[in-house]
Amino acid sequence: MAACRCGAVRAGTGSAGAGRAGGPQWLDRRLWRVLGDLGFFALRVPEADGGVGLGLPEAVLVFEEAGRVLLPGPLIATHLAAGAVPGAATGETVVAAVDGGLVEWLAQADVVLGDATAAVPLRSLDPLTPLHRVPVRVADPVASLLTAAEQLGTATRVCELAAQHARVRQQFGRPIGTFQAVAHLCAGILVRAETARAAVYAAAVTADPADIAAARILADEAAVRGARDCLQVHGGMGFTWESEVHLHLKRAWVRTQRAGGVTESEELLATALTPGAA
Amino acid sequence: MDLSYTPEEEDFRARLRDWLAKTLPDLPPKPSPGDWPGRRAYDLGWQRRLHDAGYADVHWDGTPGVRLIFLEETEKAGAPYVGANFVGLLHAGPTIAAEGTDEQRARWLPPILRGEEVWCQGFSEPEAGSDLAALRTRAWRDGHDYVVSGSKIWTSHAEVADWCELLVRTDPEAPRHRGITWLALPMDTPGITVRPLRTLAGSAEFAEVFLDEVRVPVRNRVGEENDGWRVTMVTLSFERGTAFAGEVVACRRVLAELAVEARENGRWDDPALRRRLGRLNAEFRALWRLTQWNVSAAEASGGVPGAGGSVFKLRYSQARQELYDAAAEVLGPDCLDLDRPWTLDRLSSLSYTIAAGTSQIQHSIIAERVLGLPKGR
Repeated sequence: MAACRCGAVRAGTGSAGAGRAGGPQWLDRRLWRVLGDLGFFALRVPEADGGVGLGLPEAVLVFEEAGRVLLPGPLIATHLAAGAVPGAATGETVVAAVDGGLVEWLAQADVVLGDATAAVPLRSLDPLTPLHRVPVRVADPVASLLTAAEQLGTATRVCELAAQHARVRQQFGRPIGTFQAVAHLCAGILVRAETARAAVYAAAVTADPADIAAARILADEAAVRGARDCLQVHGGMGFTWESEVHLHLKRAWVRTQRAGGVTESEELLATALTPGAA
Repeated sequence: MDLSYTPEEEDFRARLRDWLAKTLPDLPPKPSPGDWPGRRAYDLGWQRRLHDAGYADVHWDGTPGVRLIFLEETEKAGAPYVGANFVGLLHAGPTIAAEGTDEQRARWLPPILRGEEVWCQGFSEPEAGSDLAALRTRAWRDGHDYVVSGSKIWTSHAEVADWCELLVRTDPEAPRHRGITWLALPMDTPGITVRPLRTLAGSAEFAEVFLDEVRVPVRNRVGEENDGWRVTMVTLSFERGTAFAGEVVACRRVLAELAVEARENGRWDDPALRRRLGRLNAEFRALWRLTQWNVSAAEASGGVPGAGGSVFKLRYSQARQELYDAAAEVLGPDCLDLDRPWTLDRLSSLSYTIAAGTSQIQHSIIAERVLGLPKGR
């Protein structure tokens, strides 16, 4: 996965795709087939059906890495469609899906799952995720868990970026990481990321709806607040287009809008506190 | 991350559950918070029962699974908490087990396990709390004794303790971390004065301890002379690693009680409050997973918890304060009534981000030791 880390990302952030209505108008089909060859989409398809035959824990680790490197595309939708939609498992078919009140990568997909007939494009804040609004909300707990895994990847990456910057960036004649205010911001990013990691990995093992809801809440928080604090650590440079920090924050924000987000998860976990009473 | 228990561990759970169901109804009534001799007797009595039933040493000898099961089951059953045995069972005991001689282990560990002796912790000083290495209590050699003078503060259970795990400065010329020694001090030695301190919750949970030329035999030293800092780091990693595990289970129980209370008094209909409780549920579930992870990571690294302990300590102490703030919202005006248990708990919880290393110190530890940021001030 590391090999395809930044090429696609950098290409997508150039003037061609950035800021236009709907985001980039293309999806890297070559990358999609490379992912297919690697087994990214067929990871949980049984070996008997030509898949890799692994489970949720492995998928969570792979999606964490995808989040870490800002891999673009309808990754979760295609992964979930593998085995059901022809060509999804191998990366020949790009599958988008209705999730929450949105569809990511609708115009670029070969197949769209869910009712997207009334979809309306919006000018996506994330230059690497074209978006359409749809009037219905669709939720899938596995999609929510894989989203949490991607958020965890983002949280991990922004922690690395913040610490790296704090170690080398000099102000007042010394690295800014020696200033407690900066060091504590970085430590806070790590604490949220590691707490989310415990929750996400546990949910991958149990696949319990309440565990998934907890994982999602903590991972959303770790990614969004982590990216914001990382931007703060980067100072003025963090507010520029050149710095990759904004891309992490924007992607994290996009993912918070998917089904199984904070409000739904908090309600689910509240109900779980008094089983039988609801 | 392995979340499964072995069949032997599940057997242990079943036996423990049975035993708790039989034993808990026979316990004497809990003493009042201010009754120190009563609390000592109660806490030691509970430890004695655990010992006689074969459960005393699970914190030291059990598999990680057994330790977690023990914490889960005792807490779920509403069994007494370690209380006055906290320092002995979870600090001094593991430290002596890891760093003491055979003779020291034989002298100090059995009475801790049998519920015969209470330990307290003499680490903090008026000018060395968060900056522990700044401690100034002096000890010098005189024949077979160390002679100790100075003072300690925030010493929990000092009034009823038999022993104190004491940090002293044995070489004032050495760099601050290198001249410190770890001693086991008998609390009935002449020259010791204990003065209780009243907390903002109104109770006397800790004390100042004054030491005036107190003689401690050299054989009571754990580890080498001037090597006490390293020994102490072993103790502190226990404190930040697994010592709070049982409290996470307790918080989850309180949270469930809050939800029941909110349903009864109608506040459950407020979506903001409901969601707040839901979020706390996520928080304490994650903290329990972090505990499981830290315990098994500690096992993999030879029994000493690592930096994950600081992550846990920081997050847990904040979450516990948020829990009791949520309790206040559930209670409404009753949150001002000191006769409601959650009111006192809320006051006590204010200490969590201060005790055992402030949240600010934990942030600095994580920044320097985990993220590798340059040392600052």
